[in-house]
Amino acid sequence: MTATLDRPQQESSRRRKRNSSPGKPFAAGPSTYIIASLITLVSVFPLYYTIVMASHTNSEMAAKVPPFLPNGSFFTNLKAALKLAPLNKGMFNSLIVSGTVTIGTVAFCTLGGFAFAKLRFRGSAFLLGFCVLTMMVPMQMGIIPLYMMMAKLGLANHLQAVVLPTLVTAFGVFFMRQYISSAVPDELIEAGFVDGASSFRVFFSIVLPAARPAMAVLGMLTFLTTWNDFFWPIIALSTQNPTVQVAFQSLATGYAPQQSIIMAGTLYGTLPVLIVFALLGRHIVGGIMQGAVKG
Amino acid sequence: MTLTHARRTAVRVSATPTAKRRRRRPGSRAAYAYVAPFFLIFAAFAVYPWLDTAWVSLHDTRLTTYNHSHWVGFANYRNLFGHKFFWNALKNTFTIGIISTVPQLLMALGIAHLLNTRMRGRTFFRVALLMPYATSLAAATVIFVELFGVDFGLINWVLHHVLHLGKIDWQGSKWPSQIAVSTIVTWRWTGYNALIYLAGMQAIDETLYEAAAIDGASRWRQFLHVTIPGLRPTILFTIVVSTIGASQLFGEPLLYDPLGQPSGGTSGYYQTLGVLMYQQGWTNDRLGLAAATAWTMFVIIVLAVALNTYLVRRRDRASR
Repeated sequence: MTATLDRPQQESSRRRKRNSSPGKPFAAGPSTYIIASLITLVSVFPLYYTIVMASHTNSEMAAKVPPFLPNGSFFTNLKAALKLAPLNKGMFNSLIVSGTVTIGTVAFCTLGGFAFAKLRFRGSAFLLGFCVLTMMVPMQMGIIPLYMMMAKLGLANHLQAVVLPTLVTAFGVFFMRQYISSAVPDELIEAGFVDGASSFRVFFSIVLPAARPAMAVLGMLTFLTTWNDFFWPIIALSTQNPTVQVAFQSLATGYAPQQSIIMAGTLYGTLPVLIVFALLGRHIVGGIMQGAVKG
Repeated sequence: MTLTHARRTAVRVSATPTAKRRRRRPGSRAAYAYVAPFFLIFAAFAVYPWLDTAWVSLHDTRLTTYNHSHWVGFANYRNLFGHKFFWNALKNTFTIGIISTVPQLLMALGIAHLLNTRMRGRTFFRVALLMPYATSLAAATVIFVELFGVDFGLINWVLHHVLHLGKIDWQGSKWPSQIAVSTIVTWRWTGYNALIYLAGMQAIDETLYEAAAIDGASRWRQFLHVTIPGLRPTILFTIVVSTIGASQLFGEPLLYDPLGQPSGGTSGYYQTLGVLMYQQGWTNDRLGLAAATAWTMFVIIVLAVALNTYLVRRRDRASR
């Protein structure tokens, strides 16, 4: 609630400031709009053309002049795609994995971020610095022991194997710490302690309400990243119990790789996320831009 | 809602700078409890595996006999550095890294500059720019494989029938295939970096532009002498993040292979270190060698990041 209600306000106040300030030297001219439209076209065209490819038969796509408008064969193609790869199961699995990871990451990283931002404790600078440095470690570094660990725990090919290692991220802790540092003044925390509140009470009644916009952004980013994650899922999961990204791989590299069918399946597995993104996009944009200035 | 609002106003009133709080706060011991879930999970599923990878890299380890691996010292590293596949993958990682990040960051800078104006439909343009970022790398690669198709791909159709040029073998020749893989990376990340630059540009003090405008500086000169210096930290940040991303590039070159094999095409033209490591470990069952590759990649990333940071900082000092 707070997230959705607060942000437009911040946005509008920023806009007012920007527009009223005489210092902004350049208003957009027609050329700006033309170039911006061209860039938009390049961004969106591959996705649009996926719709075109997914809704034609293969022979139509091989015509001398390929079609540029969608046609009616999407559902025929999709039916064939669903036979080639377990896309429905993949989407369901991706939903469970991404949902769990999002809840875990937001909860644990908000708690950790609060401690790093507002509580002083021995070793906090070292731990935070360690956290930031680990963002340099490539994902390949831990894959082999992780796979063995999951095999020993009997979790290989289970969704838990994908969820567990991604349940917290160093980025999340750092992101929440940056936001809480600046969004919650120390005086307010101090006042809470003076009134005899426990640190958990302070967290719950002061920090949590103020941190909600950042939690929403972290949640959206985490969901998107987890949904799109590819490397660890293709190692941890089999093609029988895949996430949707793993299902894409078996769709694209299976036998009889027919362009239209592959595209129909890819579109089917991608569209839900893109629609949600188009609806929530402004908040994600705001989050990325905020994180950039603070980070 | 009202509560939050009351609090927000309270925040603003009380946010005057007061004496520094030196007093030891209650709850500093509880702090360990708050960071514990993060660090326990992180230690178990990230830090421990990283260290164990170093241990594995000193052993001859197979998937089937993981518990009975035997010590071989640095043989895996010697083996790795003596192999032409490693040097090929290292070169590919480097060239694909350059082709995919340099144009990407330059374009992102230009786009951000373009959007840093008062314009209608700002939100629309920003969300549209970020659509490729929201598309998964698997989906994006599968889509671009079709667009780059040699016989029926749209790109070759445009080259051949519209521009009357020859068709390009985007799969079977070295530079075209590297450019194709880099295009996927560039398509997905340019908008994201443009938004980061845009955020950095909006944080630049506007009076600097006013002063420059009064001095008669053109928009281009303002860009060079106000925007770029103001963006230095942001630029460094994006260079570091892109370097890390490029060094571990994996999904795009794996899925760009028409058979989904971790060989980087039939001649290894676009086999990166990340793909090579996957091939060693999961196709050839040489986990020790793969672990050695992983640690080598880490060292390369640290060196590359340090070098980039050094170069940007030195330019920074030189320009002052």
